Amino acid sequence: MSKAIIKVSELRKDYHVGEMTVHALRGVDMEIYEGDFAAIMGTSGSGKSTMLNILGCLDKPTYGEYQLDGVNMGTMNKNQLAGLRNNKLGFIFQSYNLLPRTTALENVELPLFYNSKVKSKERKERAMHALEQVGLADRMDHMPNQLSGGQQQRVAIARSLVNDPVVILADEATGNLDTRTSYEIMELFQRLNDNGKTIVFVTHESDIARFMKRNIVFRDGRIQKETAVTDRFNATELIKALPVDEDYES
Amino acid sequence: MNYRNLTKIATTALKRNKFRAILTMLGIIIGVGSVIAMLSIGESSKQSIREEMSDMGTNMIMVMPGQQRRGGVMMGNSNAKSLTLKDITALKKDAKYLTEVSPQVSTSGQAVKGNNNWPTSIYGVDASYLDIRKYSLEDGRIFTDKEINSLAKVCLVGQTVVENLFADGVDPVGQTIRFDGIPLKVIGVLKEKGENGMGMDQDDMILAPYTSVQRRMLAITHIQSIYASAVSEEQSEAAIEEVETILRQQHKLKEGADDDFEVRSQAEMVEMVSSVTDMLTLLLGAVAGISLLVGGIGIMNIMFVSVTERTKEIGLRMSVGGRGFDIMMQFLIEAVMLSILGGIIGIIFGTGLSYLASFALDMPFVVDTQAVGLSFLVCSVIGIFFGWYPARKAANLDPIDAVRHE
Repeated sequence: MSKAIIKVSELRKDYHVGEMTVHALRGVDMEIYEGDFAAIMGTSGSGKSTMLNILGCLDKPTYGEYQLDGVNMGTMNKNQLAGLRNNKLGFIFQSYNLLPRTTALENVELPLFYNSKVKSKERKERAMHALEQVGLADRMDHMPNQLSGGQQQRVAIARSLVNDPVVILADEATGNLDTRTSYEIMELFQRLNDNGKTIVFVTHESDIARFMKRNIVFRDGRIQKETAVTDRFNATELIKALPVDEDYES
Repeated sequence: MNYRNLTKIATTALKRNKFRAILTMLGIIIGVGSVIAMLSIGESSKQSIREEMSDMGTNMIMVMPGQQRRGGVMMGNSNAKSLTLKDITALKKDAKYLTEVSPQVSTSGQAVKGNNNWPTSIYGVDASYLDIRKYSLEDGRIFTDKEINSLAKVCLVGQTVVENLFADGVDPVGQTIRFDGIPLKVIGVLKEKGENGMGMDQDDMILAPYTSVQRRMLAITHIQSIYASAVSEEQSEAAIEEVETILRQQHKLKEGADDDFEVRSQAEMVEMVSSVTDMLTLLLGAVAGISLLVGGIGIMNIMFVSVTERTKEIGLRMSVGGRGFDIMMQFLIEAVMLSILGGIIGIIFGTGLSYLASFALDMPFVVDTQAVGLSFLVCSVIGIFFGWYPARKAANLDPIDAVRHE
């Protein structure tokens, strides 16, 4: 078996809301391996968002251990966590979160601005390379409002790739997109995974989850079941099978 | 994270909102501009007053009769008769810090020449008076010692008197005018001097030997005041003390008795006027300073709006690895850039304004370099001070809430 990129054990997270204590996570054990493509699923309130926040080093667990690429994040302070996010993680959000009035290239460069080891020339080259990987080499100077939703999400994916992270965390990355565009984004994710990228994808849509290798279902702060996807969707084939939409122009 | 990157981020953010940046800077521009303009105009008006006063001779010293007591009764200054020609002789003989000494007696009256007449003043002085008061001759000559000793009926006339008594093209020298019925032969004409610092016409005068004015017109033996020149402006202080010592000896005043005369120097007058303009400048500067403060508050206001508006951006920056400190510095640099850029424009604006003012008011154009340096410093401080709180607010945002903020 390949190396574990993410290893959590006995993970608990409590929130205090007034007098009440909400147990968002009640003891989670989970491992994500190098080259994995895992869906974290569950209904709202199942704890999947809390899990993603902790995996993304944005939040700390109340109890339990989390090792990211061999580093124990429990012992780290805020600034060290920021460094960890900068070096080891790539984020993709449902609403893309691109900076307005800023070109695609500059948006992709953003994470590298916070890495003082990267000089401006290298920063630009790496951003251009990332945009090429997502097929937007010809849209580098476009502003977000000149791009379609799918293209904006591709820019966001390029931004998550630019620092060469050990794992990409996607939060409902297809939630704002229509079916065809969703499939196209999934096609890109599958290609990235084939090239060795480790991806954790939070979604509540079961058909999107079928593009992945593994599904981890959360319920009431625990992992309800963990299954390997047997009849996995191939995005490229699915797109071909879609009826041709007259309104749609590629 | 290095500062070059942060500065680039801040510049990009400002460029994205050019119009708002300019509006925000406007407060600082007006504040700094008015501080610079007020202080510069104050400085230049002070200089123009100083120039005018030094035309009157900054090393000039005046002695006026002072309070007198006669058996406990205070006598007014105007009819005091404490100064005499003996004082002049003593000052001329003993004073080391004085170069020239002249008595002065004066009266006003009507000057008449043919059909023309003009109300003016006649000053009885000796020849050194011209040097002391910085007058010069345009034509003719000054009276001689012999003329002084013989109570000669001669005079010198100022330009205003010439204009009012003589027809154009007539040479006044050699003519005879009457002053209060007494005929005086004009032996010289004074060069035009214009108004003094207080707006008085310095050409509306007739000069005559002091002996003539004393005896023929006023019928007195004392003198009304003494004008003298100190060795230099710097020595005015020492000269005043010396004059006081000599006059106290002359007047046989006992230790502890009040002076029966008063000594003033032009340097003192300059100081006095300067302190008034300094006060005015300070006042205007303070008002302008308040507007600078308001400008700073404007920056804080906009930075707050900006932090709220860009909550999502802040969350994103944090999730891709921006530390709280990076976020704070980004907003702080933005605020400082706004205020410094506003300050630079304000300095240019204020300098232009004071140039226009000096042009319109016919004053020397002075840029108060101290004020420029100070405003620049104040701008940076304002940027940091008023940018600090919004920047802290941005840095303390929770990245989870911020990135999902709608």
